[in-house]
Amino acid sequence: MLAAIPYMKFLGMTAELAGDEMTAILPFAPHLVGNVMIPALHGGVIGAFLEMTALCQLAVREPLRRQPKTIDVTIEYLRPGRAQTTYARADVRKIGRRIANVHVEAWQDHRASPVAALRGHFLLSVAEGEESKP
Amino acid sequence: MIGARMATSTPQAAALNFRLVSVDTSGAAMAVPWREDLVGDPDTGVMAGGVITTLLDHVCGLSVSCAVIAADGGFMEFGMATLDLRIDYMRPAEPRREVIALARCYKLTRSIAFVRATAYEDDEANPIATVQAAFAFTGPRSVESAA
Repeated sequence: MLAAIPYMKFLGMTAELAGDEMTAILPFAPHLVGNVMIPALHGGVIGAFLEMTALCQLAVREPLRRQPKTIDVTIEYLRPGRAQTTYARADVRKIGRRIANVHVEAWQDHRASPVAALRGHFLLSVAEGEESKP
Repeated sequence: MIGARMATSTPQAAALNFRLVSVDTSGAAMAVPWREDLVGDPDTGVMAGGVITTLLDHVCGLSVSCAVIAADGGFMEFGMATLDLRIDYMRPAEPRREVIALARCYKLTRSIAFVRATAYEDDEANPIATVQAAFAFTGPRSVESAA
């Protein structure tokens, strides 16, 4: 799934899978910078990375479904994203028939000091043959 | 306007080809052109939500600069950081269309700016996404307003 999404290539984002636990990796690249004075990653890039992590983790959990659609996300910025590799892990808090709730955290040096967090709801496409289920 | 040049020259804004649409004392609008390499869903050709997130964050920040300059006069000499951003997606963006984001900073305090923004193709009343954001100033807004 990852290789098929052009925007993930634009970000330079990759992911490592250990069983069903996924770690998303965003290596630093100059075009991701939003503030050249610090320099810091663009807040939008961090938000996008968190959202893509949530979508990828859902794809790992539900490989047969089509790509989920984002309903809403709340992104909290905790520390500046510095010019270095960023990691993220997603926690699927609830997965229903139609809607999933996912929390994601991103960090750089120390996982206990996250740079940003996301909470979001995602609309799952109903798999074929499931439409008639109550 | 210095803010306008900064708005399109930061590396990520340049990489996404952000275009300044308008700026005034309370708000700003910017656009991002559709591009093949920004697609988030290859089945539909719809641009990734992350591109719109970045455009919205960017134009929200610009609207804060506009509001501060209008309120305090002169150039904004301090930094600011996004505190949070809540984005609601009403519908997918139309494939192969430019997306515009319009942001208005509706309240400034000494340390925080509150912003709302909308992303759309043609009509603000038919939004792709809406945003509610808060920004924190990393220094006092100005000597006068810090009093």
